[in-house]
Amino acid sequence: MRIPISWLGEWVDLPDDVTLEHLHAALVRVGLEEEDVHASEIQGPVVVGQVLEFVDEPQNNGKTIRWCQVDVGEAEPRGIVCGAHNFLAGDKVVVTLPGSVLPGPFPIAARKTYGHVSDGMIASQRELGLGDEHDGILRLTELGLDPEVGTDAIALLGLDDAAVEVNVTPDRGYAFSIRGIAREYSHSTGAAFRDPAELAIAEPDGAFPVVVDDTAPIRDRQGASVFVTRTVRGVDRSRPTPPWMVSRLRLAGVRSISLPVDITNYVMFELGQPIHGYDLQRLRGGITVRRAAKGERLTTLDGQTRTLSPEDLLITDESGPIGLAGVMGGATTEIEDDTTDILIEAANFDPVSIARTARRHKLPSEASKRFERGVDPAVARAAAQRVVDLLVELGGGTADPLGSVLDAAPAPEPIVMPLGLPTSLVGVEYTREQVVGTLELIGAGVEVDGDVATVTPPTWRPDLIDGPTLVEEIARIVGYHEIPSILPVAPPGRGLTRAQAARRRVAQTLAAAGATEVLSYPFVSEATIERFEPGAAAVRLANALDPQAALLRRTLLPGLLDTARRNLSRGLTDLALFEVGTVFRPEGSAAPGTDFIPLGAERPDDVTLARLADGIPPQGWRVAVLFLGDALPKQPGAAAVPAGLTEALDAVRQLNLALAVHAEPVASTHPAMHPGRTAQLRVADGAGGHRVVGIAGELLPSIAAELDLPRVVALAELDLDALIELGAAEIAATPIGTLPAATQDLSLVVPAETPAGEVLAAVREGAGELLEHARLVDDYRGQGVPEGSKSLTFALRFRAFDRTLTAAEATEAKLAGAALAAERVGATVRE
Amino acid sequence: MSDPTPITEKAVSAAVDAALAAISTAGDSAALKAARTAHAGEASPLAKLNATLRDVPADQKAALGKLVGEARGRVTQALVAQEATILAAEETARLESETVDVTAVPSRWRAGARHPLSLLMEQMSDLFISMGWEIGEGPELEHEWYNFDALNFDEDHPARAMQDTFYVEPVERHLVMRTHTSPVQIRSLLTRELPVYVAAVGRVFRTDELDATHTPVFHQIEGLAIDEGLTMAHLRGTLEHMARSLFGEGAQIRLRPNYFPFTEPSAEMDVWQPNAKGGARWVEWGGCGMVNRNVLRSAGIDPEVYQGFAFGMGIERTLQFRNDMNDMRDMVEGDIRFSQQFGMVV
Repeated sequence: MRIPISWLGEWVDLPDDVTLEHLHAALVRVGLEEEDVHASEIQGPVVVGQVLEFVDEPQNNGKTIRWCQVDVGEAEPRGIVCGAHNFLAGDKVVVTLPGSVLPGPFPIAARKTYGHVSDGMIASQRELGLGDEHDGILRLTELGLDPEVGTDAIALLGLDDAAVEVNVTPDRGYAFSIRGIAREYSHSTGAAFRDPAELAIAEPDGAFPVVVDDTAPIRDRQGASVFVTRTVRGVDRSRPTPPWMVSRLRLAGVRSISLPVDITNYVMFELGQPIHGYDLQRLRGGITVRRAAKGERLTTLDGQTRTLSPEDLLITDESGPIGLAGVMGGATTEIEDDTTDILIEAANFDPVSIARTARRHKLPSEASKRFERGVDPAVARAAAQRVVDLLVELGGGTADPLGSVLDAAPAPEPIVMPLGLPTSLVGVEYTREQVVGTLELIGAGVEVDGDVATVTPPTWRPDLIDGPTLVEEIARIVGYHEIPSILPVAPPGRGLTRAQAARRRVAQTLAAAGATEVLSYPFVSEATIERFEPGAAAVRLANALDPQAALLRRTLLPGLLDTARRNLSRGLTDLALFEVGTVFRPEGSAAPGTDFIPLGAERPDDVTLARLADGIPPQGWRVAVLFLGDALPKQPGAAAVPAGLTEALDAVRQLNLALAVHAEPVASTHPAMHPGRTAQLRVADGAGGHRVVGIAGELLPSIAAELDLPRVVALAELDLDALIELGAAEIAATPIGTLPAATQDLSLVVPAETPAGEVLAAVREGAGELLEHARLVDDYRGQGVPEGSKSLTFALRFRAFDRTLTAAEATEAKLAGAALAAERVGATVRE
Repeated sequence: MSDPTPITEKAVSAAVDAALAAISTAGDSAALKAARTAHAGEASPLAKLNATLRDVPADQKAALGKLVGEARGRVTQALVAQEATILAAEETARLESETVDVTAVPSRWRAGARHPLSLLMEQMSDLFISMGWEIGEGPELEHEWYNFDALNFDEDHPARAMQDTFYVEPVERHLVMRTHTSPVQIRSLLTRELPVYVAAVGRVFRTDELDATHTPVFHQIEGLAIDEGLTMAHLRGTLEHMARSLFGEGAQIRLRPNYFPFTEPSAEMDVWQPNAKGGARWVEWGGCGMVNRNVLRSAGIDPEVYQGFAFGMGIERTLQFRNDMNDMRDMVEGDIRFSQQFGMVV
């Protein structure tokens, strides 16, 4: 909402030295948000001049200029060169004298042109910032003005006015008017407010038929509760809109169109009541307000033919639809250049109905904006009267008794509020006088009975519906700065949940181990889903920003790959990335969501809550890592170490550490991964089985090539929820043996394709409790080992708790391990 | 075999002199070893003299024994001393040879980094944990009821239309990407015993194209306290505590009247950032207010008994003005250089 200062000052006392900053500060204090300022950039001297005489002088370039003698109220006339020809000797014009600055900025100076010294400039509307007209200079008679020569034209044309712009919150529809803002300014500063709606209102004769026939009210609310019509005949269409009105409308953000249209806009801005003017001669019979029939069509003022919805509220006459109520008028009855008899409509339409229609037809207008937020139903008569008065005063029309008043607006519901409520909600010790006085100040009726007030909100405040809404009025007008500061004491807490702490530990661990955390968008393409999980169901956005990425990720890997590519494109070639985030994995074929929404303001029953819960697809936490380029760069005396599966599996080990879990790799395949370098990650479930908790491996090189990534991209992704669930919540410690250890090596020959992990597992199990530690130290193939076999050497460390082990005991245990390996995987001991 | 040299002071002295000369000129371990063999070994002159002691008459044995013993002692002492000198010199030489350029030692570690948004969320969470609050959670893909209806945005609420919401297909199944962390308020109230003091931190979504000041995916922190007797004064106290922990002791909170469907009275909050680069200033920080009674009713709570406050602010925005950043895109693109300037500290 833009508020021209002069307009505001008409209805509330402003200080003489009022500034835009002062207005903003005052309005922000009571809850309007500062948005912008609008001021003309023009600087004087700009004065009224009278063209005394002129000579047309044809030029070499084909143009004819006028060499004018212009009286600007000085001793001698000034000589001014003018390119326009739309004026006569005797016309009064606007002269910008040397030293003035026009919006642009264009400084004006006396300058030599076409053989004369032009001592100023005769200005067009556009040059003055008044409008788009630039076919000729501005003749003040066009504006109905005949000022004294030498008069300051800046003040005359309202170019010295300025406007503040504030943002109006959705609950404060009344602030979409000078009336509302003036009232708010008065609340903020105590300045005297005059209500522009208080004027002498004539009663129309009731002869203009208006019927509201709403057979399909939305939420049981009639589409129109108030409908006032008034008539003015014989409006003189030659009359211009006066400059002060043009100026105020311009500052308020609308262009001047014609006097009748300007007046309807002016009254809307002043009183907040949207007005529609009809050409009375073009109306056929009376007006019926009804809902549209299915498929019905209407051509609106903007020339668009619109197909209507049965929810759209229409203004109709005997010819059919003539307007989309509260949103936009129709083309057939609009005020045209030849309109002289005008029917004025000041109505009150249901906010929900208007909001839906404006949204449906993408027609947000100044009118719909106000109706959506609620217009004062009691202001319609005053607004219609104000239009009548202005059409008579400025347009030379005659008020006609033809008209009607339909008023079915419900009276505001009284609110019962304990007088202590403001203090108990806000924490400020308000006096009874502050509570009652503030409510009365904002226009409410207040009756106090003991400790309870019965408050009747003013008609322009449909947002005041319960105690807390009244409390806000008291708090904001007394001032939010009065609110003290008290730190509340919550009951003792238990810290982060186990899962929250675990997720944080995971991120800290990976970062400490050298990976950089990224947070990717969860939007992916169908191709991405197909690449990682062919045929899998993904959640689809109905209004994705990028239609190519309308699905929600099922894994974190695509985001890491995208991020890697972005980094590579910026010359960062060695990457270790990780992300901890959620994935969206709808299950089964059932459509997600529900086919209903429970009501607000009441607790759904448990069955309903369970249905809501069932309708929300699982969104688990995952952790993923990516490595490419060098794990260690080339350094003096040290060759580069390229990153690969090692880094991915080390990350798994880091996660094992962070989460007290033991995820182990087992060779596996995945459609997006290298068939020989991919592992499923498993955690033993303690019951002899295992759970698959993730995957680690290298990206399929063909996919890497498609994504412009290097051939080796190592990845791992794990189900964080599962890891946290499987991980130990607390560690049961085992005693540490302190007697001497016995170390031995064991070399086993096994078929080359046998995973070392299986051999090691067999050795461990076979060797039993005495084996404290076992580690693979060599994988040898070649001379001495049969073709197709390999020799695996394990370093074993044995220890007993109760005695120093003998070499024989250690050997016995070692051979037991070898024996189990022989049994499990056909291992033979290599001597 | 010739006769052994008789033990005389002269002979002993000559052997000692020869030994000491050899020892003192031994410059390294090998030379010293040779000197040891030559002058203290079994075939050395002193050893031989010592061997003749058994043939010395008994009355001279003590004196000559002492003479030879002292001589051998001197030689041994000299050997030990010289050995220590040589070892020290050799160790010095070795250390010298082992010297490296400490500014160019190869590294086997690489620096990782947390994302500053994560760090900031954790820092904020820790503050609430320290006050005894819980950290609440809820799904990002949310049911409309939790995101809107339960929070007092009805179907036609203007604020609901203003939200640039990502809807999920099919739209008649009423799933959305949550537009704020506020659904966690309802989830917390539905599942916890009163009183409730809970903060929710997480990712939210709005259909804003990515530019320097907008991102369709961003993060919020939300606070909710429902108890008996809580007022806007407690709201202000909590916000000021938070502001001071994030922006320093001089931070202040300013409340301005505003409107949100889920609070009444509502306020916009500004924070006074005392140590802002370029000078202390007020910055718009978020929205807050007393929880609307309809929100409490949505969770089955009697608003006549319980009341409380809620507030929310953007993490990206907080990071932007707290850490003096200009471009939102740096936070979302995953350029490792961005996170690495933070490391583990925001």
